[in-house]
Amino acid sequence: MTSRANIQKTYKLFINGKFPRTESGRYIEWKDAKETTLVNICRGSRKDFREAVVAARKAFGDWSGRTAYNRAQILYRVGEMLEGRRDQFMAELRLQGSTKRQADKEINSSIDRMIYYAGWADKYSQLFSRVNPVAMPYYNFSVPEPTGVVAAVVPEDSSLLGLVSVIAPIITSGNTVVALASESFPLCSITFAEVLHTSDVPAGVINILTGQRSELIEHFSSHMDVNAIVFCGSDPEQQELVQTNAALNVKRPVFFRDQDWSDKKAQGPYHILKTTETKTTWHPIGV
Amino acid sequence: MNESSGTPSKELDFQTDWTYSPAPESTDHIEFPEKNDLFINGKFQPPVNGKYFETLDPSNEEKLADVAEAGQEDIANAVAAASKAYDKVWSKIDPAERGKYIYRIARQIQERAREFAVIESMDGGKPIRESRDVDIPLSAAHFFYYAGWADKLDYAFPGRKTKPVGVAGQIIPWNFPLLMAAWKIAPALAAGNTVVLKPAESSPLTAMKLAEIIQEADLPPGVVNIINGGGETGRALVEHPDIDKIAFTGSTEVGKWIMKSVAGTPKKYSLELGGKAANIIFEDAPIDQAVEGIVNGIFFNQGHVCCAGSRLFVQESVAENVISKLKDRMDTLIVGNPLDKNTDIGAINSKTQLERIKMYVDIGQKEGGQIFQPSCSLPEKGYWYAPTLFTDVSQSHRVVQEEIFGPVLAIQTFRTVDEVIAKANNTPYGLSGGVWTDKGSKIFNVSRDIRAGVIWANTFNKFDPSAPFGGYKESGFGREGGLEGLLPYVDLD
Amino acid sequence: MLAHDTIKYNPIDQIGAQERVARLFSRSIKKESKVEALKTVLSMIDLTTLEGKDSPGKVKQLSYKAAHLHDQFPDLPSVAAICVYPTMVTVAKSALQNTGIKIASVATAFPSGMASLTAKLDEVRTVVEDGADEVDMVISRGKFLRGEYDQVADEIVQVKDACGKAHLKVILETGELVTLDNVRLASDLAMNAGADFIKTSTGKVSPAATPTVVLVMLEAIRDFYKQTGKKIGMKPAGGISVAKQAIQYLVMVRETLGQDWLSPDLFRFGASSLANNVLMQIVKQTTGVYQSDNYFSID
Repeated sequence: MTSRANIQKTYKLFINGKFPRTESGRYIEWKDAKETTLVNICRGSRKDFREAVVAARKAFGDWSGRTAYNRAQILYRVGEMLEGRRDQFMAELRLQGSTKRQADKEINSSIDRMIYYAGWADKYSQLFSRVNPVAMPYYNFSVPEPTGVVAAVVPEDSSLLGLVSVIAPIITSGNTVVALASESFPLCSITFAEVLHTSDVPAGVINILTGQRSELIEHFSSHMDVNAIVFCGSDPEQQELVQTNAALNVKRPVFFRDQDWSDKKAQGPYHILKTTETKTTWHPIGV
Repeated sequence: MNESSGTPSKELDFQTDWTYSPAPESTDHIEFPEKNDLFINGKFQPPVNGKYFETLDPSNEEKLADVAEAGQEDIANAVAAASKAYDKVWSKIDPAERGKYIYRIARQIQERAREFAVIESMDGGKPIRESRDVDIPLSAAHFFYYAGWADKLDYAFPGRKTKPVGVAGQIIPWNFPLLMAAWKIAPALAAGNTVVLKPAESSPLTAMKLAEIIQEADLPPGVVNIINGGGETGRALVEHPDIDKIAFTGSTEVGKWIMKSVAGTPKKYSLELGGKAANIIFEDAPIDQAVEGIVNGIFFNQGHVCCAGSRLFVQESVAENVISKLKDRMDTLIVGNPLDKNTDIGAINSKTQLERIKMYVDIGQKEGGQIFQPSCSLPEKGYWYAPTLFTDVSQSHRVVQEEIFGPVLAIQTFRTVDEVIAKANNTPYGLSGGVWTDKGSKIFNVSRDIRAGVIWANTFNKFDPSAPFGGYKESGFGREGGLEGLLPYVDLD
Repeated sequence: MLAHDTIKYNPIDQIGAQERVARLFSRSIKKESKVEALKTVLSMIDLTTLEGKDSPGKVKQLSYKAAHLHDQFPDLPSVAAICVYPTMVTVAKSALQNTGIKIASVATAFPSGMASLTAKLDEVRTVVEDGADEVDMVISRGKFLRGEYDQVADEIVQVKDACGKAHLKVILETGELVTLDNVRLASDLAMNAGADFIKTSTGKVSPAATPTVVLVMLEAIRDFYKQTGKKIGMKPAGGISVAKQAIQYLVMVRETLGQDWLSPDLFRFGASSLANNVLMQIVKQTTGVYQSDNYFSID
């Protein structure tokens, strides 16, 4: 019996709802623990990032303008689709060195986290909105609004859970995001993009790049059309670079230094709040 | 009757035979030291290097007092005092007691309101009507509001406990000296932090009066330290390693420098920076109130307001009418002695600022903008600038793009809602915005779509301690006022 | 003939208007500017008696007072007019001969306006024949509030016609119109229909003249002038009894309409007890001593 040759998956970038190869033509040979090259991963470039920001900016108006209920439903749908891809994530996590038990736990936590934030979409603003009792005949209220386009350098040490944990609270409030996947464990990120592609998330809301962190954080943190940068990592030099560049356009820098993403405390409405702005509106009360 | 009938507009004559006699606020009961020392660890003390600088009355360029300039050692002493007060007293005392001290400050400001108002107007040039009716009462209200939070922090952030951050270094601008001090100190103290405050170089006197009050209120030494100086002093304060949190109000340029300076450190920071707010008048607006809102938006405090409505957008169908009314209204503005109760527009805060305003108006004219200034007379001595309108300008003009921080309004017209929202947001800033229309649904639409932290709908430049204030984009981040105003001064557990 | 729907709707924001008033009223009027203002106020007063118990005796006393406000004090102006009920016009006419003081009569079934148009017009013609220089009519508020603007305007047009040479002041009775939007609309209607003056109130309904209402009416006058070139006068009436209030209104006029309206030709106060309070202030400003009612005649 002749053994059948497998069709191997090509890992590409996820920009504006499409899966392009990097414009740079560069790739990284991704090897497993035995130093066997299993796949090629796109080595995303400055220009790929630029395209992704354009897409994210374009998507922002529609996404932030949708009803919270609609965003909740879409996030929930992502959770559903994650569940359906369980086997594929399992295979990728195993390839990347997880035990079956670890992989199982990571997949479960990721799905649960997505569902968790789906539930917040139409509630977080109730928690953080208020009517302010000003000492004048004015109706005055404050509400959180999404800050805009967020660049996210997601956790390096986790392939799926870190990505989901960082992205979900960002988009829950209506932000759009360009995420840089873990350089060491990139496989799940593109499979996750395929999940997004099939789960009603509008093009451009989530964009995912793979590539070298040391090369790309410079661009992630300096781009003038990015409103906030979420940076996960403990390297003080990288943190300093991110904040220094963030100052160029007063980006909101959000740092997660040593977050254990499997912890229940690594989720909550205050994560959503980190990439929002408070808007206060005044209006006279008269006849 | 037809609105657009061919009859030419008739002029109104505001140079009336009946004019107002001078009505100066009395300065008899006003006292402030000729020499102002640093307020460190509960005591007034001279600077280590013995350096003093002068603060002027910008309305007549006369020296008001000498003010101590804090050097490195003074800053180190102030931070050390604040650290000690934080560790030993302020982070430990019963929060209700903390609140009571803050209430004392509020009450003392109310008690001495007139004195504060007069000094504020002398030192900063702002009209006594504003310092009396806005700056000082709001400062007291701010302390009063946050005093009450001190023992209620457990209710502020559901599911989380708050912890104070530590020592806050606070740097405030010259445009609302006492009010900005209140905005900074009140929430910091309520949340359990101690502070080192640096007022602006050109208007330090009311902060020194506040130091007197703090001393009289018997706050534990070191809880509030007030040191003066210019940019160098501010820089040294930001860079001091024992500062846990920076709160800054001022220019976007300095704000960016602060972000870079504290990069790689665990210092928290909040920034309230520049603005170039759009004030949008739709054709269905209450026009006379809108005109008043335009005036309040740009001429309040000589336009030295980060949230000033400095970009006016008027719908084309009413543009002629609105601009004509605005010019009439400007003809009645009284520019002059800040201490006169009838003064609408006082002195420009400093020579530097006056030159900046002149520079921008020159640029605007060279770029083809048309200016209008009313026929008000300006005093000869001191720093003065007449209220000014620019027409025939567009988003591409520098006077439309850049923050002038003076009584200069750039006017553009628009046709549709989408167009004006796009233009309103076409700026790196996002502090405030104004929208004027009688139609409720349009207000909600436009105010949602303007990317700015404070939206005034059918009003402008209103402030309240319970209402969060702060910017989007390059106007900074963090909020001052309201429950949100606590967030920059706490860590959540 | 004028149709209301050609008048543009001008929304008024109540809070904004109140804030503008507060700012105007924060003007501090001292020393010479105060004395000058007080004298101007005197010259703008429509000294008023509008009571069911008015009699020829009362009107004669009031007429004398109008011409001799406080003879102990030199160079005081007389009031602008006295304002009386129709049956008192002839009494006032003979009492005020050669004083230059005008006679204003209320008409059109004052204060309610609840009479037929024919009766109203008859009354107007009678008071003008009797010698009234000015007619203070009331609008039909019931019709206005029902949205019958054309009928309200039509009445004004016909009353104006009946006035002949007499000046027409149109009382809006703003206390019954309630909203500032209505006040603005009624002002525009009245001016377009031929009013020479618009006036806030009859004095029989509370609230009478409020500062915010007066501001809105002055702004309506300003807009009408800008559009047509016609200068319409303004008369707040009711509840203005102390000098300070009157000066505040003068500030409002000065900063809304300017020089031309700071004259009895275009601004009047409808008041019964304001004059004495103003006189007391004038004497106080001159002598530096606070005054007592006992030194000022109460006719």
